Amino acid sequence: MVEKILTVKNRAGIHARPATLIAQLANKFTSEITLEKDSIVVNAKSIMGVITMAAGYNTTMTLKVDGPDESEAASAIENLFETKFDDE
Amino acid sequence: MSVENQLMWVALFFLAFLSIFVYSVYMADKKFTVLDLLSLELQGHDVINLRCIGGRKGLTRAITVPDINRPGLALSGFYESFASQRIQVFGRGENAYLAKLVAEGNVDSLKKFFSFSIPCCIFTHNLEPSKVFMEMAEESGCAILVSDLESTELSNRLVRLFATIFAPRKTLHGVLVEVFGEGILLCGHSGVGKSETALDLVERGHRLVADDIVEIRCVSGNIIIGQGANSLISHHMEIRGLGIINVAELYGVGAIRKQKEIQLIVELEEWDSNKIYDRIGTNQRTKDLLGVKIPAIEIPVKPGRNLPIIIEAAAMNERLKKMGYNSAKDFNQNVLRWIETGEAQNAYFGQDDMY
Repeated sequence: MVEKILTVKNRAGIHARPATLIAQLANKFTSEITLEKDSIVVNAKSIMGVITMAAGYNTTMTLKVDGPDESEAASAIENLFETKFDDE
Repeated sequence: MSVENQLMWVALFFLAFLSIFVYSVYMADKKFTVLDLLSLELQGHDVINLRCIGGRKGLTRAITVPDINRPGLALSGFYESFASQRIQVFGRGENAYLAKLVAEGNVDSLKKFFSFSIPCCIFTHNLEPSKVFMEMAEESGCAILVSDLESTELSNRLVRLFATIFAPRKTLHGVLVEVFGEGILLCGHSGVGKSETALDLVERGHRLVADDIVEIRCVSGNIIIGQGANSLISHHMEIRGLGIINVAELYGVGAIRKQKEIQLIVELEEWDSNKIYDRIGTNQRTKDLLGVKIPAIEIPVKPGRNLPIIIEAAAMNERLKKMGYNSAKDFNQNVLRWIETGEAQNAYFGQDDMY
């Protein structure tokens, strides 16, 4: 189980396009990936779930990855957040 | 009091304080305030018709317990076991007694009343208290609300309302549909086909309650009700290859539902050749959600398998079971009876006696 705290650096927050990128990336890995914000836990592999979190600019959330490829999945998603979803 | 007794009381007080602290921290994320109670949009026989007539500073006070209290004893001066953390409801009797106290100039018990941190006071029958009471309320920062309902009716509705608001909740990943009146929660890994199955079921005339994020709450300790987590997007569905579609717009209001009791859990998983799947159905598996045991079935998914029809059959079977007829058990009974008759015949006639 790998846990990381991530911050949304994207000014527009996580809208449809970043959510799609997160979900598509998460689906490449076989591990269970969840994002947790304010006690709401969503499956990162589902776009609807990620969008429903309504994460705006500077929101922090906890990424939890559990499975065979957990470390690669965690670093890949962290990288996606760091590069602001290629938005800016 | 002896030293040991005093120490014991100190220890008890400390423990109580600690448990309250832990409880408040746990509940800290979303407090239900008096203002939230006023702003609720209720309909039909749930309306409570509250309006605030004073003590507006107290609107930010939190309601922490789902109970109400009629402060008759407290007004008369008896404050032992006074449930000050509950909402105080003033009916006709309490209001009349209040008027009597004020007329007599006997306001000590009122001062003590407001010294507690009461969530708010609600007056029923559209009665409003006297100016003296209102001034004391303003000073202590306690909100005074009025309802036009009768006390008993208001109490019943508030208790019902709080059962919903204070119910334990959880958010799950799955799709909640209503098939033939049965609330079915489809669970499984991403990509196994939950949303697509739900879409097929909707096309067959069943209803979608929530896709992807299902918020469940436990009502009365034995029912789990599921609903979409967000009313703005709850009837949208994400289908790989199609994108996000709005089921309500595409299929109409007859295809959606706001909330439904979860009566069956269907766990979808990729067909695992090494795994043993239930072939008879006499063993009722249950899954635990918020402390309630709900019947669960496991369905293996393989290309070419018609999932929606399996789920329809499962829903109808559940209904039959509830009506008292269990197909698997009945089948087993018949087989046993058949075996017994065969053996009985053999015992009477024997193989050699058959001409």
